[in-house]
Amino acid sequence: MSPPLLDIQDLQVDFHTPEGIARAVDGVSLAVLKGETVGLVGESGCGKSVTSLAILGLIPSPPGKISAGRTLFEDRNLLAIGPQALRRLRGKEISMIFQEPMTSLNPVLPIGRQVAEPLMVHRNLPRSAAMEQAADYLERVKIPSARKRLNDYPHQLSGGMRQRVMIAMAMICGPKLLIADEPTTALDVTIQAQILSLMMALKEESRMSMLLITHDLGVVAQTADRVLVMYAGEVVEAAPVTDLFDHPFHPYTQGLLRSMPRLGGHDRGRRLKEIPGTVPPSTETLVGCKFADRCPDAFDRCRKEKPEPAGIDRDHWARCWLFEFPKKRGVHG
Amino acid sequence: MIPYFIKKCITLLLLLLLVSITVFSVLFVLPGDPAQIMLGINATPESLANLRSELGLDQSFWAQYFQWLAQLVTSQGSRSLNYDMPVNTLIVSRLAVTGPIALLAMVFAVIISLPMGIYAACRQNRPADVSVMFFTQFGLAVPEFWLGILLILFFSVKLGWFAAGGFPGWTVDVWGSFKAILLPAFALGVIRASILTRLTRSSMLEVLREDYIRTARAKGLMERTVIYTHALRNALIPVLTIMGLQLGQLLAGAIIIENVYYLPGLGRLVFNAIGQRDLPVVRDVVLFMAAAVVVVNFIIDLAYAYIDPRVKLK
Repeated sequence: MSPPLLDIQDLQVDFHTPEGIARAVDGVSLAVLKGETVGLVGESGCGKSVTSLAILGLIPSPPGKISAGRTLFEDRNLLAIGPQALRRLRGKEISMIFQEPMTSLNPVLPIGRQVAEPLMVHRNLPRSAAMEQAADYLERVKIPSARKRLNDYPHQLSGGMRQRVMIAMAMICGPKLLIADEPTTALDVTIQAQILSLMMALKEESRMSMLLITHDLGVVAQTADRVLVMYAGEVVEAAPVTDLFDHPFHPYTQGLLRSMPRLGGHDRGRRLKEIPGTVPPSTETLVGCKFADRCPDAFDRCRKEKPEPAGIDRDHWARCWLFEFPKKRGVHG
Repeated sequence: MIPYFIKKCITLLLLLLLVSITVFSVLFVLPGDPAQIMLGINATPESLANLRSELGLDQSFWAQYFQWLAQLVTSQGSRSLNYDMPVNTLIVSRLAVTGPIALLAMVFAVIISLPMGIYAACRQNRPADVSVMFFTQFGLAVPEFWLGILLILFFSVKLGWFAAGGFPGWTVDVWGSFKAILLPAFALGVIRASILTRLTRSSMLEVLREDYIRTARAKGLMERTVIYTHALRNALIPVLTIMGLQLGQLLAGAIIIENVYYLPGLGRLVFNAIGQRDLPVVRDVVLFMAAAVVVVNFIIDLAYAYIDPRVKLK
């Protein structure tokens, strides 16, 4: 097997807050292979966005600080190559799309210029040539009469159109990895589907890898090859997408799936089940499993010892003591 | 664009009309008789009455007001009681001093405040930022006349680079005139720069936290481009408002600084006119000052539309 394109090992990100040090990302390891789409899911505040920002060195510092770990991108450790080398990588080899298309584009610059900028900085293209290519790419992301809209400003476009502009901007230099942080969350459901299929089509064309960050399991089911579930700064389960939906192992993953409505499922008309309790504050250091207090199957060991990742299947692992004591698992849901 | 312009012009006219009524009313009820001042305390009641009717002071409020307006509109203008010349001519000659001072002061204010504000914002809470903030605090606390005096003491008295006061006149000595307004403009500019620096800094800090700045960095743009192209343009919008207000005020003349440097500007003109009860001058100059503020703000409105495409000229 070829080495992964992106290999994050034991990444740890701390935020210095008045309440103490908050560990937003606590020992996350994840790998993205060439051409693969990896979904990173979890509820708000579980550290998935911080993980993605850390890859590109975009954590605001202070208060944020990457305190441990390595992020290897084609054998280069992004945490050690220095700010200038990292800058040259951003937008060229690794690009990013953000959640809020409304606020992620500069309101006072025309969209053509914003899309052309990566070409001007990474390929040293003169503005006219860059604008020409920007127009082509805006056509590729299906902006109607793109050439005429080059001088439009973001406020003249709808949310879906703005996200297309964001995609064009991220893809124009042909990156090897696209990090999409909740790319469809702020959009209408119909627009969501369009944007997702556009992203997948562009990805197929360019043989690019993708790290898709979302709290929407539906999006993951449609797009990802592999899924990692994050809880309170840790990856608690990782599996190929069908495995995860068919045989979720970690009680948290099971809870997430149960809280998701299914179209035409046998549980139609029944109340969705929420996961009881709340996420522990990230300023607290817990001894055992972070999910123990909310877990329906927790036993003594869960509160005393931190579970290490354990394999369930060839590509499927979870961070849960139940792995050793499958009989302790109750029947839920 | 054109309807916007017309709408603004109508607003401008209405505003000036309001200002004119206010100015006129205030001066109308002001104690002190211009005729008495012109003729001295030994004047006979007959000569006073004659002068009053000659100046139209014996007429009703509205009659006097409309007469004044008619004079303004027909560009005939009123005449100064003290200088015995048209007030228009006086204003134009004084503006030749005040105008350049105001513009130069704003130039100083902008070239000091923008770089300092940006620099401080990029190094928030670090020593560079703290020292910039210290100096702006200093600038806010120091009265401008005192700074003016300090500058005279240092540059004129000690180094002898500039004259300590006075104004030779542009037609007589251009370089000398420029030198004469340099120090007062600097004193005025430094004080205004303090406010603008703080404003630029806080505005930049706010903008630097925006999502689109993160996007700009994620594109791999150089920090320079992120700051000057992506952040500054957005940060300038609130700064521009205050710049406009400052320029308007400066065009109205700086009474104290003009007195410190003994400059024949608008500020001194109105200051002396008040002392001498030269009501036509006071009236017209105050109206002019109000118009200057309003017109500058109008220009700032146009500049907004240029900087911020979301502002529509409708």
